[in-house]
Amino acid sequence: MEFKLICKDIRKSFGRLLVFESINFELTNNSSLAVAGKNGSGKSTLLKIIAGLLSPSSGEVIYQINGKKIDKLDWFKFVGFVAPYLQLYDEFTGYENLEILAKIRGVKDYKRKIEDILKRVNLYARRNDLVRGYSSGMKQRLKYACALLHDPILLILDEPTSNLDPEGVEMVWAIAEEQKKRGILIIATNEPEELKICEEVINLDELKLKAKGQIVK
Amino acid sequence: MLSSIWAIFLKDLKSELRTRYALNALLMFVVVTISMILFATAGEVISGELLSGLLWVVIFFSAMSGLSRTFVSEEDRGTVIFLQLATRPSAVYFGKLLFNLVLIFGINFFVVIAYFLTMEGFKIKSFDVFLAGLILGSLGLASASTIIAAIIAKANTKGTLYPVLSFPVLLPLLITAINMTQLSIEGAKLVETFGHLRILFSYFAVVVIASYLLFDYIWKE
Amino acid sequence: MIWKFLLGLYMAIITALAFVIPIGFIPGLGERARIIFLHVPSAWLSVIAFFVAMLYAIRYLKSKNIYEDVKSVASAEIGFLFCFVTTVTGSIWAKFNWGSFWNWDPRETSIFVLLLIYGAYFVLRSAIEVEERRATLSAVYSIIAFITVPFFIFIMPRIMPGLHPGSKGDPEGAGPVVTFKMDPNMRVLFFASLLGFILVYLWMFKLRSRVEILKIKIQNKIYQEV
Repeated sequence: MEFKLICKDIRKSFGRLLVFESINFELTNNSSLAVAGKNGSGKSTLLKIIAGLLSPSSGEVIYQINGKKIDKLDWFKFVGFVAPYLQLYDEFTGYENLEILAKIRGVKDYKRKIEDILKRVNLYARRNDLVRGYSSGMKQRLKYACALLHDPILLILDEPTSNLDPEGVEMVWAIAEEQKKRGILIIATNEPEELKICEEVINLDELKLKAKGQIVK
Repeated sequence: MLSSIWAIFLKDLKSELRTRYALNALLMFVVVTISMILFATAGEVISGELLSGLLWVVIFFSAMSGLSRTFVSEEDRGTVIFLQLATRPSAVYFGKLLFNLVLIFGINFFVVIAYFLTMEGFKIKSFDVFLAGLILGSLGLASASTIIAAIIAKANTKGTLYPVLSFPVLLPLLITAINMTQLSIEGAKLVETFGHLRILFSYFAVVVIASYLLFDYIWKE
Repeated sequence: MIWKFLLGLYMAIITALAFVIPIGFIPGLGERARIIFLHVPSAWLSVIAFFVAMLYAIRYLKSKNIYEDVKSVASAEIGFLFCFVTTVTGSIWAKFNWGSFWNWDPRETSIFVLLLIYGAYFVLRSAIEVEERRATLSAVYSIIAFITVPFFIFIMPRIMPGLHPGSKGDPEGAGPVVTFKMDPNMRVLFFASLLGFILVYLWMFKLRSRVEILKIKIQNKIYQEV
């Protein structure tokens, strides 16, 4: 199965404020992309557009499997998403959060899968505690569990290592490496180390400089 | 798709049973409103016509204080993305609609029981008309208030805006439902109220279909 | 420019004729039936304007072009104005025909609800700051609200007995107001007046949406220069 992610001339503005424009790239299986840029340069906005959470002001994001375009309503089946602004249900336990997600997604055989994934993100011992009582690092681990539950082809990580201890950072590297082998990895970050693990880099600041240069001409 | 709707419904139900954000406050709200009516009309003999109007006033305001929670809490806590990433918008809509339906049926059950116990003048002659009006009225009430809850969850002033936006949309339904309740006090036969039942049912159907078509636009920006 | 003067002249003639044209005898209404030339067209026009507002709302949702939203609001505003005119003229007429300004007749209720719906619509718009979000949410609300309007205007008056001509129990039969037996003079002038109202609406709509679109363009220009 060949999965392709195409971004065609993406532009996004909030009211009159232009965030970015003319973003073009194409990613296929076994590739990775890092999105860099200062705070407020629109990294998260771009990731949200790629994941289908926001619509671009103009341009188009396309998901393709073997050359066939996928309906935007079905994108959620292919995307795993981890971000600081993604919130979990804090009145439920870690296990329940995953169980709810699995049921909503319609994941088959979810019991075994959830246990595997909880062990992988090292939350198995605390699986029956309410998320309200989790530390921010544990919440971040649980978000990884949620994102990986359905084995997404496209894994999008916004500030992947925030709130994590060294051991957690190790875990993220392992997940990232594996994702690169299996599908597509997109990371929004400013850490040089994290930029290094991706093959391609888009720098939103440079893009803006270029755009301004065009106006001057 | 169906299992997804069911899962969202169960999630909301479980969350509600665990936190009791809406439920306890709602039951107290009903008690307070009914006592208010009792105090305001103390000693007076109220006609059945007025009582059926007041019944729907209680139902409307209870709905307005409880039904917006299912969307507003997702928006306030920022769990919207969790759902957006997990399923189609229509599954979310129908899951929430189902939850609101159960909630409104629960509230109305409680309201009606409390009403029968406290309002002496409230004597129903034809129960089938009363029940048909109540059930179809609740369906319509849940359908319109669910989509409007989804709208106000994204606005700044959520609390006050909700009844303001809902009332004009719900008025055709409320007038018909009040009329049904009056007819049930007068002892009308069910067959005579088919015109009303048709209005109530088509209101529900039309609003649900329109909401289903429009929900995508509200849910994702 | 010239056609605006012509339209003004046309409406002046219609208004004058509305008072003097012979309309024959109508039982129960008499000379008071002359309100039909002004009241009914403005009522129809307000519904048409709200319908146009809804069409532009749908177009906005499809295209996400902010100008469609501007047009939708412009039409809703004019509809609100016509709705207000209908309420006031109808209310004055009701005082002389039915004895009081307001009777909660089904048709009075419907027009009142239209005022409420679009009042709520403008409140909703003022409660949202982000431009796109405001446009989207108010578009959805106006569509949801508009589809419940037929329950009022077309269904309720037929089910509930009322005082208004064309209600259930009217000896001429329930139906749209103009089908009751009309003098030919009256019918011609009614439709001429309706045409005039439609032209006035189109003119107002064009003016209003053009002004608002220009405002946006100017603001965009100022923003770019800064």
